[in-house]
Parts: sequence; C-alpha cells; structure tokens
Amino acid sequence: MPLTDGARAPGKLRFYLTSEHHPENGTLLGFWLYLMSDCLIFACLFAVYGVLGRNYADGPTGAQIFELPTVAINTSLLLLSSITYGFSVLEMQRDRKRATLVWLGITGLLGAGFIGLELHEFAHLIAIGAGPQRSAFLSSFFTLVGTHGLHVTFGIIWLITLMVQTGKLGLTPENKRRLMCLSMFWHFLDVVWVGVFTFVYLMGVLP
Amino acid sequence: MSTHTDLIPQDGHADGHDDHHGHDAGASHSTLKGYLTGFVLSVVLTAIPFWIVMSGGLQHTSSMTALVILVFAAVQIVVHMIYFLHMNAKSEGGWNLLALIFTIVLVVITLSGSIWVMYHLNHNMMPSMMEQQIKNMP
Repeated sequence: MPLTDGARAPGKLRFYLTSEHHPENGTLLGFWLYLMSDCLIFACLFAVYGVLGRNYADGPTGAQIFELPTVAINTSLLLLSSITYGFSVLEMQRDRKRATLVWLGITGLLGAGFIGLELHEFAHLIAIGAGPQRSAFLSSFFTLVGTHGLHVTFGIIWLITLMVQTGKLGLTPENKRRLMCLSMFWHFLDVVWVGVFTFVYLMGVLP
Repeated sequence: MSTHTDLIPQDGHADGHDDHHGHDAGASHSTLKGYLTGFVLSVVLTAIPFWIVMSGGLQHTSSMTALVILVFAAVQIVVHMIYFLHMNAKSEGGWNLLALIFTIVLVVITLSGSIWVMYHLNHNMMPSMMEQQIKNMP
C-alpha cells in the first residue's frame, strides 16, 4: 500500500498538469473544426462562382472590371499582415507584451488597409453600374469576395478586442490561447484569399 | 495490485505525451525561420501567377494558363498550411489533419460536382429551352 501511495503522489501532480493543458488543446482543436466548417461555406460560394462566373447577362466581364494592380496590392497587404501576426505570436511566446501589441497593431492596420481597398473597389463597381444586381457573375462575385471581406472585418474587431484585453490583463494563458485562435483564423483567411485571387481575379480576366 | 502497477506507468506516459502537446501548440512550432520561409515562398508563389496573367504570357492558351495558376494556388495553400497554420500529422494527436483531409474531400466533391453537374445541365437544357421560347413566340 505505501508503495502505491508513493507512486500516486507524482501521478496526481502530473494529472494536475494534464488538466491544466487539456482545455487549451481542446479549444484549439475545436477552433480548427470551426475553421473547417467555415471552409465548407467558402467551398459552396466558390462553387456558385464557378457555375455562374461567366454568366454576364450582356453586362461587364471580369476582364473589363478587374484591376489586377489593385488586387496585387490587396494580396500583398494580406500576406504582410500574415507575417506580422506571425511576429506577434513569436513575441507572445517570449512573453514580451509591448512587442506583441505593436505587431498586433501593425497587423490590424494592414487588415484595415485591405478592407479599405476592397470597399473602394466595391464602391467603384457599384458606381459604374456593375453592382451585385447587374448579372449572375457580379452577384456571385460580390457574395464570395464580400463574405471574405466580412470575415476579415470581424477578424479586425476580434484583434482590437484582444489588444485591449492583453493590454489590461497581460499575456495570461487565457489571452495566449485566444491569440493562438485568432492566429489560426487570420492565417486561414489568407488561405481563402489565395483561392479568391486565383479563382476569381486571375482566372476572371482570362479570355 | 498488478493492475495498479500497470496503470501508473501508462498514466505517466500519457501525461508526458499531453504535456509535450501543450508545449507544441504554443511554443516550439512557431519559429522565425518557419514564418520567414513561408513568407518568401508565398511571395514567390503569388508573384509568378500575377506576372503570368498580367504580362499575358500564356494568353493564347487560356485553359493552360488557368491550370498553371491553379497549381500555383494549390502549392501556396500547402505552404500556408505547413508554415503559418503549423499543420502536421502530430498536431492535436492527428485530429487536425484528419479533419482537414475530411474537409478537403468535401470541398473537392462540392466544387467539382457542382461545376460538372451545372455544366452538363447548361449544355443539355439550353437548346430545348430555346426551342420552347421559339414555340411561345408567336
């Protein structure tokens, strides 16, 4: 009996560590599953665009309305924001609160620049009469790109919330877990954008 | 008694395993080198398709260009998965990868299935629809 007791004591200690780590693993896996379901939403929107993307209804075609230099700037903004978020995670791992917040701020600004350019593009399209109601092509285009833009917008809101929380409470384990979830969300949006600029913009201007 | 002695080492092993994972999820996966590698690869894999389309290099073979830039996109998505999302066979005990593979299967079925079915639907319906319109015209 004393032998088992002696063996149990470190066992209990380890068990405590397990319960300390387990929620973190569960959250990240759960968040990954959410991202996968989000992926299915985008798959449906991509499928709709794939089916309707050439139904112009005598309206403007992709080659006429897409401005690839703008899209290239947008793509580089989002890609840069991905790497700055990565830098923020690296600083978070070293427990440097200030540097983490600075990189998060830069990420947010790059994201805001992306959204700003996209809204500018949308406003321009609507102004020249190429709004979502013009043709099936434009309906599916606005739905797909708009849904992605909405995701980025909510990502920025989440990012500001986490900056405030981290600023007030510091890099607690909870905040680190939240920042890791947002990291996955942010990088996931960049993955979706790779599909968008390839499938919608680049393939849209091909004859 | 024997079950006890059997259980305790197993517990210890499982705990060590979990502890390792907790460490992986937060700390050891993300490195500066990893992020920079992913970033440089992504820039190259983005610049090439943009250059191909904007310079009109393969313009005379449209479907060939589309195929090439789709391949570039697929490679870049894999790069993002590995270097930014830290995807590997071990994260979360393999469940991440399993969920990803399942999702990819669904995405491929959704995309290729929709485009395939709707293409054939358009192909087969159009003439009869036009015939109907002609019948209804007078």
